[in-house]
Amino acid sequence: MSHSGVLPGKLRGGFRELRMEGVTRRFGQAVALDRLDLTIEGGEFLALLGPSGCGKSTALNCLAGLLPLSDGGIWLDDERIDGLPPERRGFGMVFQNYALFPHLSVRRNVGFGLAVRRLPKAEIARRVDEALALVELSEHAGKLPGQLSGGQQQRVAIARAVVLRPRLVLMDEPLSNLDAKLRLQMRTEIRRLHQSLGLTTVYVTHDQEEALALADRIVVLRGGLVEQVGSPEEVYTYPANTYVAGFMGYRNLLDLPVAAHDGARVILAEPGMRLTGLAQRGGRAGGARAVAAVRPHDFRLGSGRDNALQVRVEVVEFHGREVAAEGVTETGRVVHVRLPERVAPGDRIDLTVPVERVLVYPVDGPAADLGEVPE
Amino acid sequence: MTTGLRHRLAERGVDRVLLLLVPAVLTLVLLFLYPMLYGVGLSLQPRTGGLLDNYRAFFADPYQSGTIGKTMRLALPAALINVGASVPIAYRLRGRFRGRRLLTAILVLPVTLGTVLVADGLLRYLGPKGWFNRVLMAIGLVDEPVRLIYNYWGVLFSLVITGFPFAFLLVLSYMSGIDPTLERAAATLGAGPWERVRRITLPLLAPGLATTFVLAFVLAFSVFPSANLVGEPANETRVMAIAAYDAAFEKYDYSMASTVAVLMGVFELVVIALVLLWRGRLYTGSTGGKGA
Repeated sequence: MSHSGVLPGKLRGGFRELRMEGVTRRFGQAVALDRLDLTIEGGEFLALLGPSGCGKSTALNCLAGLLPLSDGGIWLDDERIDGLPPERRGFGMVFQNYALFPHLSVRRNVGFGLAVRRLPKAEIARRVDEALALVELSEHAGKLPGQLSGGQQQRVAIARAVVLRPRLVLMDEPLSNLDAKLRLQMRTEIRRLHQSLGLTTVYVTHDQEEALALADRIVVLRGGLVEQVGSPEEVYTYPANTYVAGFMGYRNLLDLPVAAHDGARVILAEPGMRLTGLAQRGGRAGGARAVAAVRPHDFRLGSGRDNALQVRVEVVEFHGREVAAEGVTETGRVVHVRLPERVAPGDRIDLTVPVERVLVYPVDGPAADLGEVPE
Repeated sequence: MTTGLRHRLAERGVDRVLLLLVPAVLTLVLLFLYPMLYGVGLSLQPRTGGLLDNYRAFFADPYQSGTIGKTMRLALPAALINVGASVPIAYRLRGRFRGRRLLTAILVLPVTLGTVLVADGLLRYLGPKGWFNRVLMAIGLVDEPVRLIYNYWGVLFSLVITGFPFAFLLVLSYMSGIDPTLERAAATLGAGPWERVRRITLPLLAPGLATTFVLAFVLAFSVFPSANLVGEPANETRVMAIAAYDAAFEKYDYSMASTVAVLMGVFELVVIALVLLWRGRLYTGSTGGKGA
């Protein structure tokens, strides 16, 4: 029998790459996932990011085999797997609501997949013990899931998925039911497991912070279509469009008239506001109008040569080291800023922002339609 | 009443809302508890002899005591079949799909039919000249009509037809209470369809099946009309209810009739106790889904 436990670095049955080609899923008339092409490399941590309804969970369920594809195919190296039922794919999955078997003890939950494979009792016991030690739940082995806290349940769900040494681990918003503190803790835990076990992980989330912190590569989805694929650094620093920018914390998406072009620099201006920024997406932003994307953090008090705007402060929230303020410009435009200085409602303040922190995008469709925009 | 006392009583759940129980308690006492105790009392006052002579007489006479076995032989299989048949159908019908309501309505329809109507239908359909036997003979499966009425089988069919809808509705609601994600999780862990049912669905459903079985059993145990109409009430399907009826309305021995009725209750309780004892050893907590 195998001598290696859960811990050793390389997994058996690992793979070079998993390819999704033209993966499409329709529900009646609605297209939940539209010709998704994606290659996942062995050992990678990939995050599918987007608001609810963007197709990220659909993509995950298609990978897991829980949803049949309407079109397209999935290949694991040279093997086509989209016709296989979930039980024959050998992928582990962690569900949003944990989906622990309520009638089985923690030990038997974790050992479920091993028992289904009819492994010898002794080996099951040994591997379950290892997996439980890994998530630090050994002393709870005899309890039923209902007797555990949310965080503990989530760790059982993770142990249950990784004890099988799956070729691929799929995680569907695994942290969204936990409170903020536990979420941070479990986030580190998940990244640590990914690294120490040499797993390949596909992680679905609507939380851009989670995706940035965990992933090697991020896929931003909207309405079943891929908006951008890149490293956290790339996606965070150079969002491909206003939609991704909005998702990456560029809370100010200001649709302004173009005053002038100067190479890569674009000057946008209207009464009470003049913004100079860098044209994104290769060339300069054509057209008479363009969208300037600015993070609330990047504003400073004071008046700059290139960038200047005056706002009247309307609402102020206290955030400890800084305040978050909502200001209104002369033309009635709302601007979100975060400042270390204390400002009060009614104040008239001058703001500036470094040129390289203003990203200018062509006007393309509704960018503001993000639902809840995370900050 | 002082405020302090009122608070202390409220803490123990004693407040004016309790008054809402009065109608139910009154009804229970007047229409169930008193008649039942009266019946027990009646059974202990035989026409001749001592306190327990009726009971002795019942067990001494094989024609009487044999009714226990006959009733069990009908009620236990009927309850088992009704619960057993409900499981696969409810498994398929859980969740949403088009036409679910229509299908459920059709399955539940027999509830609205009276036992007598069902019996009448069975007599024609399963009779020697009925469709069932004609088809069997036409395809050459049998040479002469199979006897399916005026015996054990007629009663069993009738019990299944009238009892199934109750069992099905209950099982369906228990089934809907199981979170479908659990089976999906089991699938990703390598469990095939049968393993998922065996290891996840059935164990979570078992307590509900036990409850359903108890109710289906009680329903079938008190069988009376069909045992008379499609059975052989003098012999093979002389169930306890018929014995009680005979005692009361043929021999006018109300005391003996009460004895049979009390014994019916006792034997039902024995079966129920055994099933609930088994149920008590199962996991009966949350099954994760809606309802239940």
